[in-house]
Amino acid sequence: MIAISLNTGLIIASIMFFTGLIGVMIRKNIMFMLISIEIMLNAAGLAFVFAGAQHGQADGQIMFLFILTTAAAEVAVGLALIIQFYQKFKTLNSDAANNMRG
Amino acid sequence: MYDLLWLVPTFPFLGFLILAIFGKKIGKKLSAVVGVGSIGLSALITILIGIQFLTNPPEGHAFVQTLWTWIAADDFKVNIAFHLDALSMVFAFVVTFVGFWIHLYSTEYMADDEGFSRFFAYMNLFVGAMLMLVMGDNLLLLYLGWEGVGLCSYLLIGFWYRDPANGYAARKAFIVTRVGDAAMAVGLFMLFYSFNSLNIQEILSVAPHVWSPGNKLAVASTLLLLGGAVGKSAQLPLQVWLPDAMAGPTPTSALIHAATMVTAGVYLIARMNGIYLLAPLSMTAVAIVGAATLLVAGFAGMAQTDIKRVLAYSTVSQIGYMFLALGVGAWSAGVFHFMIHAFFKALLFLAAGAIILAQHHEQNMFKMGGLAKALPVTFWTFLIGSASLAALPLITAGFYSKDAIIWYAWSGPNGSIYLWMAAVFGAMVTAFYTFRMVFVTFFGEQKMEISHYPTWRVHIPLIALAFFALFGGFIELPGTLGHLTLFSDFMKSALPVVEGGHHEVSLEIFSQVLTAVLALVSIFVAYYLYLKNMQIVTNFTSTKFGHGLQQFLLSGLGFDWLYERLFIRPYVWLSRTNKRDFIDFFYVFLPWLARQFHYLFKYTQTGKVRRYVVGIVFGVLVSITIVVIL
Repeated sequence: MIAISLNTGLIIASIMFFTGLIGVMIRKNIMFMLISIEIMLNAAGLAFVFAGAQHGQADGQIMFLFILTTAAAEVAVGLALIIQFYQKFKTLNSDAANNMRG
Repeated sequence: MYDLLWLVPTFPFLGFLILAIFGKKIGKKLSAVVGVGSIGLSALITILIGIQFLTNPPEGHAFVQTLWTWIAADDFKVNIAFHLDALSMVFAFVVTFVGFWIHLYSTEYMADDEGFSRFFAYMNLFVGAMLMLVMGDNLLLLYLGWEGVGLCSYLLIGFWYRDPANGYAARKAFIVTRVGDAAMAVGLFMLFYSFNSLNIQEILSVAPHVWSPGNKLAVASTLLLLGGAVGKSAQLPLQVWLPDAMAGPTPTSALIHAATMVTAGVYLIARMNGIYLLAPLSMTAVAIVGAATLLVAGFAGMAQTDIKRVLAYSTVSQIGYMFLALGVGAWSAGVFHFMIHAFFKALLFLAAGAIILAQHHEQNMFKMGGLAKALPVTFWTFLIGSASLAALPLITAGFYSKDAIIWYAWSGPNGSIYLWMAAVFGAMVTAFYTFRMVFVTFFGEQKMEISHYPTWRVHIPLIALAFFALFGGFIELPGTLGHLTLFSDFMKSALPVVEGGHHEVSLEIFSQVLTAVLALVSIFVAYYLYLKNMQIVTNFTSTKFGHGLQQFLLSGLGFDWLYERLFIRPYVWLSRTNKRDFIDFFYVFLPWLARQFHYLFKYTQTGKVRRYVVGIVFGVLVSITIVVIL
């Protein structure tokens, strides 16, 4: 098994996190925003796993399982909201839902 | 008998309650019975107690009846308790006795008035409050009565409230006396601060041990009490309300001037004699206030045309004499003059009321005239009252009471020749304007027919009061004329006797003769100017200087004019400029600022999720940067 150093792992996790963050910020399509959020969550999970491996403990992987569960629940809610959104506005453009602006 | 003391103020209060609640229902006749009866019973009990007080005085010449505890908070304890000694005995007697005659008289004077029972309710409350004032055993109870008479004077002066001028006069009386009351309240705080008690006897007995003579706190608190007395008793510089108080019904004027209200100041100073003796400066202030007031009011009285205003200024002037007596240390002479003054001033007001009623409610005495034949009883009683006011020598009570004051103004412990000169000059002026009033009103030709002939309900009070105005003085005769000291012996247990000063008999005779001669001369001058040869006066007042002087005296030496410019106009100007409320600007500014921020940040609420995300990221970056850098 090829050992990957913690440093490299965290850099990969960071790149993933910022990819997701930038995706949330620049995509208009609400579906892609949800996907970007999933990427950010998985980046955080990856960082946990790397940290757990570094210390030789299972905690990191347990934490990742938690994140997985949470993400599943979140996606369920998120997709339901997107369906409602689409039914109401007939589009997936998030900027369409600015009725409550000040 | 002493145990019935509590009934004396209770009857008037009870009368007030009955009349205030059921007044409209029980009709005029029963209202009169309740109104007069309550004061009558109160007067009867007072006289019975007085007789017992004379024949069988209580231990220590003072009787205290504690009814219940009013306020008890830690060591601050105030009782509803009445204190009866020679001083409060005299005051309670005058208040109820003279008050009774005034009430009886009012049943005729107010007979056609629709506010009949309301009038008697106020009058009863007035008497009750005054009794509370003079019989209260502590300063808080005294203050309650003090404010009570203030309230009643407001209600009665503005009794005919449909005329705005009456309401204005009522408010003026209330506000001007309030100035004095505020000073008095501060004085009471100082007394409580010094003695930790408001019980009058306790303060008087402890004061000499706590304060050395001339103590600053003693001077300050007595001067503040003097401020209260000056307001209530209409002395310089707060005398302006009393002449305007003539707006009320005439029996009210009689009650305010003779028995209640204006004598409260005299009572207060006489009652607190112990602490005044510790503050010589305040004593001098009292004497100077009295002397200045008696002159100013006397001058103003000379030019009045309204018969009631002449009497009003004469009251101010006579109370000036009482203050002068208290100030020079002749305590019992001041109280004696108070009693005699109550008789003749009530008499004069009631007689003036009968005249006004007989002359179609006309108050200008130059439109009257020649009433001596038409109203004989009123004329003779009015003449007796006037003679007493003018201190006609030997035969009137006013001579004996005023003469004592004039002599003590010179010879008393605080006396001086200047005070004596002011008092003598004031006596001369008094005799002049009093008999000017008599000659103008009763002599000459009759100018108006009589619209109302008084009945027994007017005549009996007049005759009864005239009796006392004439013979009341014989219980106290000066050393040169019989030397009878019944009254001052009676007061000895409550008030300090005159000590010190000088007592040259020849000077005393000189003073008496001079006063008597001057009084007679000014009566003759009044006769000559206003009956024999009125041309002189009209010629004088038609010159520019004469007219100006007349107007100046008519306006009460321009005090209203002065106060209008000194206090009222600056105040109105200030309130007008501050209409927008400058201080409020700061508090209006705060919500304005918050609203501006609201408008500013409203633009960030776009409803676009991506912008919010950018905002959050930016905020996180800033926070992290700050944490890293620090």
